[in-house]
Amino acid sequence: MTRNLKQALFSALLVWAVAYPVLGLKLTIVGINLEVHGTSTATLITIAVCSVLMFLRVLFDQQISSAWKASPNLPVMPAKASTFLTLPTTQRWIIIALIIGSLVWPFFGSRGAVDIATLVLIYVMLGLGLNIVVGLAGLLDLGYVGFYAVGAYSYALLSHYYGLSFWICLPIAGMMAATFGFLLGFPVLRLRGDYLAIVTLGFGEIIRLFLRNLTDLTGGPNGISNIPKPTLFGLTFDRTAADGLQTFHEYFGLTYNPVNKVIFLYLIAVLLSLFALFVINRLLRMPLGRAWEALREDEIACRALGLNPTVIKLSAFTLGAAFAGFAGSFFAARQGLVTPESFTFIESATILAIVVLGGMGSQLGVVLAATVMILLPEMMREFSEYRMLMFGALMVLMMIWRPQGLLPMQRPHMELRK
Amino acid sequence: MSREILNVSGLSMRFGGLLAVNSVALTVKEKQVVSMIGPNGAGKTTVFNCLTGFYQPTAGSIVLDGEPIQGLPGHKIALKGVVRTFQNVRLFKDMTAVENLLIAQHRHLNTNFLAGLFKTPAFRRSEREAMEYAEYWLEKVNLKEFANRPAGTLAYGQQRRLEIARCMMTRPRILMLDEPAAGLNPRETEDLKTLIGTLREEHDVTVLLIEHDMKLVMSISDHIFVINQGTPLADGTPEQIRDNPEVIKAYLGEA
Repeated sequence: MTRNLKQALFSALLVWAVAYPVLGLKLTIVGINLEVHGTSTATLITIAVCSVLMFLRVLFDQQISSAWKASPNLPVMPAKASTFLTLPTTQRWIIIALIIGSLVWPFFGSRGAVDIATLVLIYVMLGLGLNIVVGLAGLLDLGYVGFYAVGAYSYALLSHYYGLSFWICLPIAGMMAATFGFLLGFPVLRLRGDYLAIVTLGFGEIIRLFLRNLTDLTGGPNGISNIPKPTLFGLTFDRTAADGLQTFHEYFGLTYNPVNKVIFLYLIAVLLSLFALFVINRLLRMPLGRAWEALREDEIACRALGLNPTVIKLSAFTLGAAFAGFAGSFFAARQGLVTPESFTFIESATILAIVVLGGMGSQLGVVLAATVMILLPEMMREFSEYRMLMFGALMVLMMIWRPQGLLPMQRPHMELRK
Repeated sequence: MSREILNVSGLSMRFGGLLAVNSVALTVKEKQVVSMIGPNGAGKTTVFNCLTGFYQPTAGSIVLDGEPIQGLPGHKIALKGVVRTFQNVRLFKDMTAVENLLIAQHRHLNTNFLAGLFKTPAFRRSEREAMEYAEYWLEKVNLKEFANRPAGTLAYGQQRRLEIARCMMTRPRILMLDEPAAGLNPRETEDLKTLIGTLREEHDVTVLLIEHDMKLVMSISDHIFVINQGTPLADGTPEQIRDNPEVIKAYLGEA
C-alpha cells in the first residue's frame, strides 16, 4: 500500500509538472518584451482536479483494473472480429470495395474533401514504400523523406530546366530516388537497428540541406515554383492553355470548372497508390518478398541458406525509395511548388508512424493508418495547438489497445495438396 | 571406395590473443556421417563457423570437392552445397513452416522481378515445384499438419526437424548439424538417428555432426574427430575412439 501511495503521489506531481508549464503559463507580448503570466484560476483548478483523479487512479489501480475486467462490455475488439478483419480473403474484399468507392466518390464530394483525400493518398504511397524497408525487411529507416525529396525535386528541376512533362518525369523521378536508395544502401549494409536509424536520419537531413544550399540549381530556401500540373494526354486542366496545348474543358465542350483539376489529380493519386499496392502485393508472394521477411527474422540463417543479404537489403532500399520517388514527383505536381522545408524530419516520423500504426508489414494497415494520421489533424484544426498532444495520446492508446498495429499482417495461408 | 568431398588441413582461428582453433585437419568422404566431438568450449562450433564462412579462418585450407573455399562469404559457401543448422535453432519464427522451406529454395526459384509481377507461366511453375518439394519434406519430417503454423509456435523437437528440412531444401552436398540432438528426448533422438540415416541413404548427403550424445555419435558415425582446446586430439572409427585413453582423459580428467 505504501508503494502504491508513493507512486500515486508521484503521478499526481507528474500531472502538475506536465500540465502547468503547458496550460498554466501564458506568454503575452508587452511592447517588445515577452512576459510570463499565470492563467485563470479555472485552469489551475482543472489541473488540480486532474491530478487528484490521477492520484486516485494510481492508488486504486488494482481495484479499477479488476472492475474493468469484470465489466462485460470492454472497449476491446472481440478476438473473432479482429482475426476476421485480418484474414487475407476479407482484406481482398475490403480492398475491392475501397477501390470502387475511391474511384466514384470524388464526383460527389466537395473540393476540399477531394484535396485532402489526395494528400492522404500521397501518404499511402509513402507508407507503402517505407513498409517495404521497415515492415518487411526490418531495416529502421528514419531518412525516408530524403527519397521523397529526391523524387519531388527530380520532377521540379526537369520541368523547370528542360520543360519535361509529368508523365515522362514520373518514372525518371522513381528511378532517381531508387538510385539514391541504392547508394544509401551501400554504406549502411553492415548496420542494424539503432545505428542504421541514426545514419539514415543523417542522410535525410543531408539531402534537405543540400537542396537548401544549392541555391543556383534548386533556388535554395525559396524552392522551385510554377511546376506544371499533369495533363491528360496533352489536355491541361487550366483555364487557358499554353502554346501548343489544348484545355480539357474546350476539348470536351464543357464549361471551365476548377474542380475538374482537383478530381483529376485525385484520380492520378488513386492510380499511383493502386499501382504501389499491386506491385508490393505481388512482391510479397515472390521469392524476393519472402527473402525480405526472412532477413528481418534472421540474417544469419539467411546467409547459411545461401541468400545474399547484401542483394536483399539493397533491393529493399532501392524499391522502397522508388515508391517515395513516385510520391515525391506527384507531390511536386500537386503543390506546384517545392521547398526544402516540405521535407523535414517530421515527415519521416509521420510516415514511420503510419507504418507502425497500421501494423508492420500490413498493406491495408498502412492505408487505414495514413487516413487516420492525415485526416485527424485536418479535422481537428480548431485544436491545432494541441495537435501534438493528441498525437501522443493516440500513440499511447495504440500501445495499450493494439500494440501490433491497427490491422496487423497475417501470414498467407498456403494450400497443400492432400 | 568413395571419394573425398571435404578436406580441411591446418585450420586455425585466432581471436586476438586466443587461439580458438589450432591446426585442425578433417577429411570427409562422400556419403559418410562424420562426427566432431570434444568437451565444451573445445572449438567445435568455431570450426563449423570457419567451414561455413561465418568466420574467416586465420590459416589453413578448406577444399570442397577439389575447390578451395576458405575465405568465401557464408552465402557463397552455402550455394556450393555446404549447409548448416545452428546450436540454438534459427528458424524464421514469425513465418509459417512452409514459408521457411520456400525461402531456402530461393536460388532454385524464378526470381525474375517482372515474371513475378505478371505471374508468368514459368513463374507459376517454379513456385508450384517449390511448393511440392516443400510438401515432400514436410511429410518426411512429419510436420505436414503444421505447414501453416508460424515456425516459432512449434514444439522444440519439431523446430529442430523443420530446420533440417529447411537445409535439405537447398539440395546440399554436405549437411552440417550443430548439436542436433540437444534438448531432444530419447524418442526424438531415435527419430533423428533414423532421419540422418535416410538423408545419407536416399538423398546422397554427407553429414558432418557436432554432438554430445555419445550413444548417438557412436551408433551413426563412420568416423569421429576429437578436438580438445582447439587442437585435434584423435580421430578414428567409433571403436578406436571409445578405447582411446587420451580421449577418455580429456573428457573425464586425469585419473
